[in-house]
Amino acid sequence: MNTRGIINTSAVATGAQATGVVEGSMVTLAIDGRVVTARPGATVLETCREAGVHIPTLCHDPRLEPYGACRLCIVEIEGMRGYPTSCTTVVAQDMAVTTTSETLRALRSDLVELLLSDHKVECLTCEASGGCGLQDLAYEFGIETSRFEGAKHVSEVDDPNPLIARDPAKCISCGRCVRICDEVQGCHVWGHTKRGFDALPDTPSSVSLLDAGCEFCGQCVSTCPTGALTDRVGRFRGRRWEVTWTETTCGYCGVGCAIEFATKGGQIVGARAPLDKGPNYGNLCAKGRYGWSFAQHPDRLTTPLVRRDGELTPATWDEALSLVAQKLAAIRDEHTGSAVAGLASAKCTNEENYLFQKLLRAGIGTHNIDHCARL
Amino acid sequence: MAGLAASFGSGAMTNSIDDLGQADVVLVIGSNTTEAHPIIGIELKKAARSGTRIYVVDPRRIRLADHAEKWFPVDPGANIALLNAVMSVILNAGLADEEFIASRTESFEPLRELLVGYDLEKAAETCGISVDDIRELAMAYGSAERASIVYAMGVTQHASGTNQVRVLANLAMMTGNIGRPGTGVNPLRGQNNVQGACDLACLPNCLPGYQPLSAGSLERVCELWEMEPELPSVPGLTLVEMMEAATAGELKAMYIMGENPVIADPDQAHVLEALEALDLLVVQDIFMTETAALADVVLPAASFLEKRGTFTNTDRRIRSVWPVVDSPGEALTDLEIVMRLSKLLGVDADYSTAADVMDEMSAVTPQYGGVSYRRLETEGDLRWPCPDESHPGTEILHAETFTRGLGAFVAVDFEPAPDTVTPQRPLVMTTGRHLWNFHTDTMTSRSSGLCELNAQSYVEINTVDADGLGICDGDRVEVTSKHGSVETHARVMRRKGPKPGVVFMPFHFADAPANRITGTDLDPVAKIPSLKVTSVSVRKIG
Amino acid sequence: MIAPDTSTPRAAYEVRVCAGSACVANGSLQIAQRFEEAIARNGLAGSVRVIKTGCHGLCARGPVVVVGPDGVFYPAVDLDAADRIIVSVLGDREPVEPLLFRESPGADSIARYADVPFNARQQRIVLRNCGVIDPESLDSAFAAGDYVALSTALATMTPEQVIEMVRDSGLRGRGGAGFSTGMKWQLARAAEGDLKYLCCNADEGDPGAFMDRAVLEGDPHAVLEGMALAAYAIGASEGYVYVRAEYPLAVKRLRKAIADAEARGLLGKDIMGSGFSYSVSIREGAGAFVCGEETALIASVEGRRGMPRPRPPFPTTSGLWNRPTCINNVETLANIPWIVANGAEAYAAIGTGNSKGTKVFALTGHVHYTGLVEVPMGLTVREMVHEIGGGSSSERPIKAVQIGGPSGGCLPASLFDTHIDYDALASVGAVVGSGGLVAVDKSTCMVEFARYFLAFTQDESCGKCVPCRIGTKRMLEIVTRITEGHGQPGDIETLERLGNLVRSTSLCALGGTAANPVLTTLKYFREEYEEHISEKKCRAHACGALSTYAVIPEKCKGCGVCKKNCPVNAISSVIKEQYTIDPDTCVKCGICEAKCPFDAIIRV
Repeated sequence: MNTRGIINTSAVATGAQATGVVEGSMVTLAIDGRVVTARPGATVLETCREAGVHIPTLCHDPRLEPYGACRLCIVEIEGMRGYPTSCTTVVAQDMAVTTTSETLRALRSDLVELLLSDHKVECLTCEASGGCGLQDLAYEFGIETSRFEGAKHVSEVDDPNPLIARDPAKCISCGRCVRICDEVQGCHVWGHTKRGFDALPDTPSSVSLLDAGCEFCGQCVSTCPTGALTDRVGRFRGRRWEVTWTETTCGYCGVGCAIEFATKGGQIVGARAPLDKGPNYGNLCAKGRYGWSFAQHPDRLTTPLVRRDGELTPATWDEALSLVAQKLAAIRDEHTGSAVAGLASAKCTNEENYLFQKLLRAGIGTHNIDHCARL
Repeated sequence: MAGLAASFGSGAMTNSIDDLGQADVVLVIGSNTTEAHPIIGIELKKAARSGTRIYVVDPRRIRLADHAEKWFPVDPGANIALLNAVMSVILNAGLADEEFIASRTESFEPLRELLVGYDLEKAAETCGISVDDIRELAMAYGSAERASIVYAMGVTQHASGTNQVRVLANLAMMTGNIGRPGTGVNPLRGQNNVQGACDLACLPNCLPGYQPLSAGSLERVCELWEMEPELPSVPGLTLVEMMEAATAGELKAMYIMGENPVIADPDQAHVLEALEALDLLVVQDIFMTETAALADVVLPAASFLEKRGTFTNTDRRIRSVWPVVDSPGEALTDLEIVMRLSKLLGVDADYSTAADVMDEMSAVTPQYGGVSYRRLETEGDLRWPCPDESHPGTEILHAETFTRGLGAFVAVDFEPAPDTVTPQRPLVMTTGRHLWNFHTDTMTSRSSGLCELNAQSYVEINTVDADGLGICDGDRVEVTSKHGSVETHARVMRRKGPKPGVVFMPFHFADAPANRITGTDLDPVAKIPSLKVTSVSVRKIG
Repeated sequence: MIAPDTSTPRAAYEVRVCAGSACVANGSLQIAQRFEEAIARNGLAGSVRVIKTGCHGLCARGPVVVVGPDGVFYPAVDLDAADRIIVSVLGDREPVEPLLFRESPGADSIARYADVPFNARQQRIVLRNCGVIDPESLDSAFAAGDYVALSTALATMTPEQVIEMVRDSGLRGRGGAGFSTGMKWQLARAAEGDLKYLCCNADEGDPGAFMDRAVLEGDPHAVLEGMALAAYAIGASEGYVYVRAEYPLAVKRLRKAIADAEARGLLGKDIMGSGFSYSVSIREGAGAFVCGEETALIASVEGRRGMPRPRPPFPTTSGLWNRPTCINNVETLANIPWIVANGAEAYAAIGTGNSKGTKVFALTGHVHYTGLVEVPMGLTVREMVHEIGGGSSSERPIKAVQIGGPSGGCLPASLFDTHIDYDALASVGAVVGSGGLVAVDKSTCMVEFARYFLAFTQDESCGKCVPCRIGTKRMLEIVTRITEGHGQPGDIETLERLGNLVRSTSLCALGGTAANPVLTTLKYFREEYEEHISEKKCRAHACGALSTYAVIPEKCKGCGVCKKNCPVNAISSVIKEQYTIDPDTCVKCGICEAKCPFDAIIRV
């Protein structure tokens, strides 16, 4: 995994704590009194997570540059003023970090309450329910209703695209959509618009995603911590806690991305990528993320077919396979193996392709084997 | 791949996707990376953000050009003229890595002779890139500490495809850009398991692991297969040759597993004729494709979502595939089908799981020698060559020596593509992929949501050419080559898209299959058809 | 070393017409033209010269004209007055007595500008040339001594010596945070980088503040000279002036100043033959308040949306395009040439303990003399309000001052003996800030006053962090409902809780200080909040929803003007008797109060 987005260690030299960070060697620091070693250049948040210390956050995604907007990951660090955000603070030798205290808990809880005061709470039907960062934090802090009621954003957005559902009333302005589109995808479809309370990630001039030049990689959906951006495909077909995730390898282009599919009742209802596995480290493209429902398409072939009187008609496997074997053998025997050829498939597995060529070479006696590598 | 194999000894990405970002300069040639390989596109865009300079050589202004230092709108088919000119500038500027050339390679002298007095003006005229731009590209690549080359079908799908690859290899070797992170010659494979299918010898000219059809190899493999060594030692037929042999009546039966040559292969009329001439056509697929519709027997197969196995990706990474859902109806995995058929044809194929096949595969295939399901499950993916159990896999090829020992230079010069423009067909058509569609669109067109984004064929035409032909964006047009015509919509491209004189068609769509009108001129070595240069005329209709 | 060319002959007699933005808005350019035409007509162009200067400071009495070597001051000059001054200038050059400044009608006239009470306590370092020189003339700047310090420093001082001198002077950043300028330079000098930037932050955004504008308009070369000195000190070779596009005159003069300085080799390559190179470009901001925050400023200069990012890394380590970047404010930079020319000790001799030198304030509100003021650090609020500002402009006493703009704090009259310096103000919850100073009398409601500033910061929040985006909004909603008479028990506690949250957890200084106006008014004027909430009463009668109009029986003559003008027929009377206002019908439009010829209607 590459170490993107790490602020260089010299940055800390101007902070309050820097003492003797040696490039390349490990850094030791205290987290809640416990001595921990960390990579130089790692952030306090990364170090805490590796050490199994829970710090809440909503705007962090390991694919993105540190941002520091949600303020939930604030900690106390000896010698530093106020409450630095752990996601943007780089570890330093002998740093002493406090991750939980009465004050921190109160501040974090109030921040969550503020977010909830401008959130369309409809967890009953929200696609994000069960996988929503805000929902989890409301639960963690025991916030049943927000004391800070006031104006709210509204849901109105007219975007008829077939893949990505947008609900600004659930947006927490963490900027993850904007950043993944800029920093990872390089597409700049999303941007921060307006100022003050009205500030909101949006497309330029609020045009539809299609008009904004969206590539529909769904990366923004994958990083959105709430239900502000959700997949249209698979909607209402499985709650987060009902689905089973299965990891496999994507079957489209040659990149071979690590991909996980969600299934419920034998049907695929969604896809995502594990953050820690290459070559894609959490990223997917439009085809990988949204191109799976073909598997359940009614056009799928479900039974062997044999041409009888010019028509392809259903047959049993035994009928079909014996017919093929018998005819191939006959042609092989009559014209030698060179009268038979096989096209293998760049879509099939190594094992299948291996067996296929073995069948032609060992069973028919021909090297007439090819596939679309040339195309 | 034949080109790289000849130069280096193995035909695969020399480096890894992960180390592209370490390059100072990446030359992207004939690869619409962000659409055809979006995740590698991400790596390139990220690299560009952090200072890597990307140079795009392509007849179209592709999206990656927005992130590139510069776009070089080369004329289709003229890569060799450009690259030789680039190498000439590098050589004459003293930027060649003479030490690398001396210690790691052979046969440079004929190339040196070709390059020293190379006529830049003439090359510029041939490839459509000015001498100044050629110099800029040469100085950028030649003076970079780490320079990488990324290419795809825009280089290989030419009558001169093998030579183009060898010229790229020349360029990398001449500047010592091989064997280190951020360097290399990196072909991007178009489909998920092209690399694996090649590795495991779904090719007419080798045995698994690119073992030659020599007596020794044949004997060794046949022994492992527990059969008499009675296989021919001459290569079999390539795909396009198969179609010719079928038309000629020499080929009687074809067994097609998961391929759709009616749409994917060049000169559709010829393919149809060939397939219809067969005595037996067996097609094994997940949908009733245009090819399956012609078959005598159609076998319903499982998709990649329904099977256990492995894929080998473009950077030689072997990853596990797991079943996510059950196959519909009676459909079976290709493994099961081929296994049952093998048994019926007397082949030893008694495997109880896919892991058993892998065990045999790794015994037969030297590069996969150390690969097993147990290791894949505990260690994650492995990158070949991984010759034995204790080998960790290989990130970068040719680090110390080339697979073939010394890297082989070859002096080749530009030759015009066979299908050159004529007054009747004044435009060059090139083909490729769209971001939202895959190959012959069988899967993408049946994936809800995705299928709505880009459902119809089109031809991209530059605004200059469109104006001359009186074509407006969205007009119905007829694209005609010497092989036939298709009707489609015009997309008139102002800033993006093909350079003047070039039109582009995606080959996904059955409503106007671009390959109906591409030719079957083959690369003499790799037998890859020249899909990227077809002379056409475009006419507004209706 | 090439010394600046100061040989341009000075005109014998100068007429300085203020061409600062405020005077220009009041027609000063037409007045200058009237002078010029008269001088030309009389063939005196050689001996009398009209100079269009920068701001003189006393904007309340503009357009300002100052004449002759003694500096005879004519306030509020119009074209008629100009004609009379011309007669004097072309004739005996005696002051035109009736046009001279008077503190009040009938008081004795004060002839010299320097003698005006407004100026008495001032000490001009930053504004040394404002109102004196022609800001569009490099020669005029030379004559006043601009670029001498740069020339000396390049010839005789090492960068380290310049840094040492500035550090020893005790100068602290004048943009708001008050960080030691010398220390900042030291960090920037020590930072590793092949290319460093020295930028000038001229994104002055506090409502009512215009000190940076005045300097840029009045003496742009002082800022450029300060930038060049700073760049020399830290080793920067490029820089930007980030200035708001709403300052067109400042931009125009700055642009000309840069071009003139480059043409004379005072900026650009190999400055004055010293081998040191530094070039300056202008970046015009689109007027987002937050872009005055240095990390947001960097984002904006880089072409991105102006949004702050957490520090560290500080810009001195990683700023513009990740290069070490030092950003100093206009006023800070304008101090530098003076310090280099006069020495650290001279500067450190001015001011108090940790607050050295002078500070420019924009004095506004309910005082007699509003305008631009430069005073030594350490004056008391009272001296500022009463001696310089001339006290309340109404008969109502001054009740409070807001110091430091929307990020600042609000101090009550009981604290007017507080010294205006960094430490003393901090100890009472206010800040020096960028130097806005608003004095208000009893007609100002402190809840409404706090609401005004909070509404400004909420509107200007970039929206990045939660406490600033939502927290200040919720605070604003609460303060607003209090002023509208819908305050609820518990509101004050919620305001304090949110205020503390916003202050503790905001990402940048904009958010970190946004709650200050509310928190300080809660501290010093809590009873006003309480009255609004529990008694639904605004003692200043400023909150429309909480005040009503009433007729004072003793003053009412029964003329009926109020009734005739009332748009909702809320006023009635017994025939020819006194009038009364029905509070239920009244919409509080205030027409009756305005129309009553006997001042018999008041807000209660």
